[in-house]
Amino acid sequence: MELNDFIKDFADQFDETDFSEFAAETKFRELEEWSSLTGLALLNMIKAKYKIHVTAEQLLKISTIGELFNFIQQ
Amino acid sequence: MISEQVYAPFSLCNKKILVTGASSGIGRAVAIECSKNGATVILTARDKARLEQTYNSLTAGDHASYCADLTDESEVQSLAGQVPQVDGIVHCAGIMETLLFQFVKKEQLQQIMEVNFLSPVLLTQHLLEQKKLRKNSSIVFISSIAGVTCSGIGNSMYSASKGAINGIIKGMALDLAPKNIRVNSVIPGMIETGFFKEGLISESQVAEDKNRYPLKRYGKPEEVAFAAIYLLSDAAGWVTGSNLLIDGGYTLL
Ligand SMILES: NC(=O)c1ccc[n+]([C@@H]2O[C@H](COP(=O)([O-])OP(=O)(O)OC[C@H]3O[C@@H](n4cnc5c(N)ncnc54)[C@H](OP(=O)(O)O)[C@@H]3O)[C@@H](O)[C@H]2O)c1
Repeated sequence: MELNDFIKDFADQFDETDFSEFAAETKFRELEEWSSLTGLALLNMIKAKYKIHVTAEQLLKISTIGELFNFIQQ
Repeated sequence: MISEQVYAPFSLCNKKILVTGASSGIGRAVAIECSKNGATVILTARDKARLEQTYNSLTAGDHASYCADLTDESEVQSLAGQVPQVDGIVHCAGIMETLLFQFVKKEQLQQIMEVNFLSPVLLTQHLLEQKKLRKNSSIVFISSIAGVTCSGIGNSMYSASKGAINGIIKGMALDLAPKNIRVNSVIPGMIETGFFKEGLISESQVAEDKNRYPLKRYGKPEEVAFAAIYLLSDAAGWVTGSNLLIDGGYTLL
């Protein structure tokens, strides 16, 4: 699994935000477009694409895209 | 017998009731409450140990319990063959998956339709075919407000499965009316069970959601059981094809 691919999959869950705003250190909750719905979309995407079940509580403890990438790699 | 002189239109005395999904949550509460109301209950689910826990919580009686996977056609056939004649069924077995529509795939859709829609319907059909439903029986589906009056985020597949139940009970109610068999559903709002164990909804989201209910809490499994008991009892003798709403006022807003 590559970080860059993950960033792309992450960005795919957004419709308005420019791709340049997504990087490993991006604090995703600070993105204007972020909502609990995007959160659910991320969990659904990670399950479908990476076959990993991340819970909403686990996601709450994670603040950047890079941290989420590391979390699902473990 | 004294019991025959007592005025008790809601009693389930002398009734045998089959309860699916009896190993957990609403099904467990339905089984226990039915036994407390005088019924002989027949429990079914897949998990033997959890089914036994329910069995041990029933008030004493001539109850029975059968393990079966309701998505397995041969297990359903054999279950329908083994159970005695009954006066009612409460279909509580069901699954849920929180999946936004853009992620829905045929496989997941098929699975949820199979457990929530096809299984209870086909089990009922097998029981009828094998003459296991007495005249005056009552069939109760635990459906949901989702798919009948509303839906929820990530709930499209689940809503479809419950909407399908809502449709078929109308036709079943008509077709079975000549046998005086009644067919109804209970449509609950959110109930405190392990149903959301998949963890895609955070605790704070749950708290927020509870707050949307005019009665400011989720329902209890027993509160769904009481509705099912009404529909099973002779008190509901003229009730068929209906959906009994138990939702703390949620769908009023
Ligand atoms: N909780 C709610 O908020 C809520 C609200 C509205 C409606 N409902 C409906 O109420 C029903 C019960 O929900 P619950 O909250 O009590 O859920 P639950 O605690 O998860 O119980 C589900 C039951 O279904 C059984 N089951 C699942 N798949 C099965 C299969 N393939 N074959 C046989 N049995 C199977 C399970 O038994 P085994 O695992 O032992 O097989 C378990 O006993 C469901 O139909 C649900 O849609 C629930």
